[in-house]
Amino acid sequence: MWNHMTKTVQVDSSALCLGIESSADDFGVGIATFGGDILANKSDDYIPTEGGIHPREAARHHAEVADQVLKDALQKADKKPGEFTCIAFSQGPGLGPSLRTGATVARALAAYLNIPLVGVNHSVAHIEIGKLQTGAKDPVTLYASGGNTMVTAYESGRYRVFGETLDIALGNCLDVFAREVGLKHRKGVPLGAAIEQLALRGEKLISLPYVVKGMDLSLSGLLTAATTAWKKGNCTLEDVCYSLQEHAFSMVTEVTERALAHTEKNEVLLTGGVAANKRLQTMLKVISEEHNAEFSVVPLQYATDNGAMIAWTGTLAFRHGLTIPVDESMVKLRWRVDKVDVPWIQ
Amino acid sequence: MDTIDKVSSIKLLKKGAEASLFFAEWHDRKAVIKVRMPKLYRPKALDMQIRNYRTVHEPQLMHEAKAAGVPAPLIYMVNVPESSIVMEYIEGQQVKLLLNDVEKDRRHDLCVKIGESVARLHKWGLIHGDLTTSNMILAEDGRIYFVDFGLGEKSAELEAKGVDLHLLKRALQSTHFKHWEECLQAVLCGYSSVLGAETAEKVYEKIREIERRGRYVEERRQP
Repeated sequence: MWNHMTKTVQVDSSALCLGIESSADDFGVGIATFGGDILANKSDDYIPTEGGIHPREAARHHAEVADQVLKDALQKADKKPGEFTCIAFSQGPGLGPSLRTGATVARALAAYLNIPLVGVNHSVAHIEIGKLQTGAKDPVTLYASGGNTMVTAYESGRYRVFGETLDIALGNCLDVFAREVGLKHRKGVPLGAAIEQLALRGEKLISLPYVVKGMDLSLSGLLTAATTAWKKGNCTLEDVCYSLQEHAFSMVTEVTERALAHTEKNEVLLTGGVAANKRLQTMLKVISEEHNAEFSVVPLQYATDNGAMIAWTGTLAFRHGLTIPVDESMVKLRWRVDKVDVPWIQ
Repeated sequence: MDTIDKVSSIKLLKKGAEASLFFAEWHDRKAVIKVRMPKLYRPKALDMQIRNYRTVHEPQLMHEAKAAGVPAPLIYMVNVPESSIVMEYIEGQQVKLLLNDVEKDRRHDLCVKIGESVARLHKWGLIHGDLTTSNMILAEDGRIYFVDFGLGEKSAELEAKGVDLHLLKRALQSTHFKHWEECLQAVLCGYSSVLGAETAEKVYEKIREIERRGRYVEERRQP
């Protein structure tokens, strides 16, 4: 446990941390200073030939591109391996084979350079990069991506989960629907973006399941109903995309608003891959204004999985002495955000 | 607002996420007016559908809760077009506000009572849908009133009961995280005392199943 460790390590703000992210389909390397400057954020994403992420294939992709992405990041930051203070890596949650590939690269680097290794929780990193980039201090955060959909806020030493999906993640819901209706993932155009484009031209709202349970929500029934509506063929794809988005986003917005009213915080942060969606941004902006809260959304390059968020969170953890020896650095596939102490928050 | 025009000394009590609560005198009684305000973020048709549905169902479920033996405010009036409900004002305190600060024994007793009430609802086939300690009021007469049935439903299914209790567990974990384990234990103790150990055990097994289904849960079985 981390919570008994209160000592902080003095580190120069120009010191460097290299972060490796590999929890799902992206392999990313980021370089951050302890002062909060992001010097590099490079990545390469695995695009399945068909279907969703095949864990083994994603891991193979990561192993193939690791060397080049690392080189690109070092070149972009104009730094040499010997200049780093620590190596951070995404230790979980995520897909085992993918995580292990990144962890292996991180361990090799740390051992070779003889510098400490920092295991970073992927979900915490999404929140921290959002705070760093937007200046949010203590927000209610909606973290929505392909693997996660949760509403969190800081309370007594940890990010607590106030609401979350009871089944599939928001990004997963949109991706699977997109594949079911025959949309293809192309480089630079995620499936979610394809749905967003189609939805803009939708006009008719089709009635679909709206399932909010307390502050939790369920999206699997919505996915099935939307897919069925399309297959029945008496509505346009644009209308189904529009209706799917409106229902799904209304649900996550409703639970975010509940958490906002419950915690009485005055900031709302949107982070994770689905944060790129303008319609979702608009909905959250509306509830934020209604509760006199400041709304911010993570910039696009830090919305999807990226190395910079791991590097930055690595600096926060390192300052609090949270390094791990190699033999304790096994990946944690199911490392929930509320199991992680975050001593850098007062 | 028609309803609001008919009452006197109206005062905003709380602007919640879903509805605003007003305190008012209604025919010389202390009343709460719950108004589900339009939600501008969602499409109008969807918004109307959700607000109407909840406004109609909430009073019905509150009525049934009383029949099941769980105190809930009396309903005075419902106005569907303006999504408002006028109900009895309960003198008391939100359980959320006192649970962390009371003595351990007192906390235990309150949680046992909560568990008993949840069990009575479930036995009646009633699912609250938003079991948090903010939705429970400890009245001056010592009874715990349940409010906010807007997300509730009639269901005898194990799944619905499991989710209901799972939500209460989650609420304890996020809002009463220092005491959540002892609170939960007391809730379950009250729950099984009403439903019987055998039925309660089936619900607990369901909760475990629901939690394993969740994302990134350590106990989740590997495929």
